[in-house]
Amino acid sequence: MALSQAAFEFARTLVRQRSGIVLENEKAYLVESRLTVVARNEGFASVDLLLEQARTQPLNGLQVKVVEAMTTNETSFFRDVQPFEALRQLVLPDLIKRRAQEKQLTIWCGAASTGQEPYSLAILLREHFPILAGWKVNILATDLSLEILERAKRGRYSQVEVNRGLSARLLVKFFDKQGLEWQLKEDIRRLITFRQLNLIEAWPWMAPADVILVRNVLIYFDVETKKAILGKVKRLLRPDGFLFLGGAETTMNLDDGFDRVEFERAGCYRLRKS
Amino acid sequence: MRALVIDDSRAMRSILGKIMGELRYEVVEAVNGRHGLERLREIGKPDLVLVDWNMPEMNGLDFIRAVRADRAFQDLVIMMVTTETEMAQVAKALEAGATEYLMKPFTKDTIIEKLALLGVAPA
Ligand SMILES: C[S@@+](CC[C@H](N)C(=O)[O-])C[C@H]1O[C@@H](n2cnc3c(N)ncnc32)[C@H](O)[C@@H]1O
Repeated sequence: MALSQAAFEFARTLVRQRSGIVLENEKAYLVESRLTVVARNEGFASVDLLLEQARTQPLNGLQVKVVEAMTTNETSFFRDVQPFEALRQLVLPDLIKRRAQEKQLTIWCGAASTGQEPYSLAILLREHFPILAGWKVNILATDLSLEILERAKRGRYSQVEVNRGLSARLLVKFFDKQGLEWQLKEDIRRLITFRQLNLIEAWPWMAPADVILVRNVLIYFDVETKKAILGKVKRLLRPDGFLFLGGAETTMNLDDGFDRVEFERAGCYRLRKS
Repeated sequence: MRALVIDDSRAMRSILGKIMGELRYEVVEAVNGRHGLERLREIGKPDLVLVDWNMPEMNGLDFIRAVRADRAFQDLVIMMVTTETEMAQVAKALEAGATEYLMKPFTKDTIIEKLALLGVAPA
């Protein structure tokens, strides 16, 4: 049964207000297919009925489910490779030199999804920067979706997930196999703090960051939202810190306060010196 | 770029051959480890070897050991592609000299991601 225009409009507006995610008309099919699953799980005969209930009973948690269902959580370990090469070859050696006195690093993953991105970072630190063992390294990983954060915290991945982007050597070293799944070792998991954070709302206080990753999330937002988020990133990033965006994202034409770091396909930026 | 694909299953060779072909690799096939060694002797060093584990005559593990015993092939990039998914097996393959390990089932994207890790991604 096709989704009514009114129901689509309600879903689209709700998702936009709560997450910033823009759903164009062509996305009606996506809304319908994702919400069909929610409707079934919640015991509604149709998506229209689900959305009707969400609209008239705003406090029963259905709205959150609708919004979370419309996020795209696609991710993988060491996604795109190059950003992690830039971290290994350039960013971390640079920061380790600059912070030699304070011996502290703060890293924030602002769209952590199911955790592969922050865990890749933690693995990279463990693998290549033993010197950091004596430092205070804070890795904060946040996402809008609570359901996704729960998965991220568990650090348990399917075979399909560990096949993607993770070298066999690291798999053997940092995971245990439990049944059909692969469990990331506690030793890595404890390096990361997971918390909910909505990028389009007011941000809670956070420590100024040396590295910020907001990868593959700005693409879902409109120009004004992207500008607002980059503006806040600019204030949170330490003057000599580094920002990473996704492969299809850029600060260009959005915020002239950043310079691209010369490192092929890394999506790495620094604050422009004024 | 050239890849040697070693698998006793014709269906698997054809799937891997097709994917590698789409990634603009020239593909050479072999049906077991021993055949794979012969192929290596004929064609010289390819850019990449994809090898199954369980095969008649010579399995993938023995193939890798034999290859690594030859000085000329110490730095050959070899990825094991197999239905074996236990931790101990992954470790064993690495110990034998596999460069990378891919568990079946996989998709074209998984292969591309592994090639990127191995530094033999198509241009
Ligand atoms: C495609 S994933 C990106 C994951 C990872 N950064 C990567 O590049 O692989 C996008 C994530 O952004 C999250 N997201 C969407 N809107 C958000 C918002 N307003 N605030 C915080 N996270 C949001 C989604 O829940 C989803 O997990």
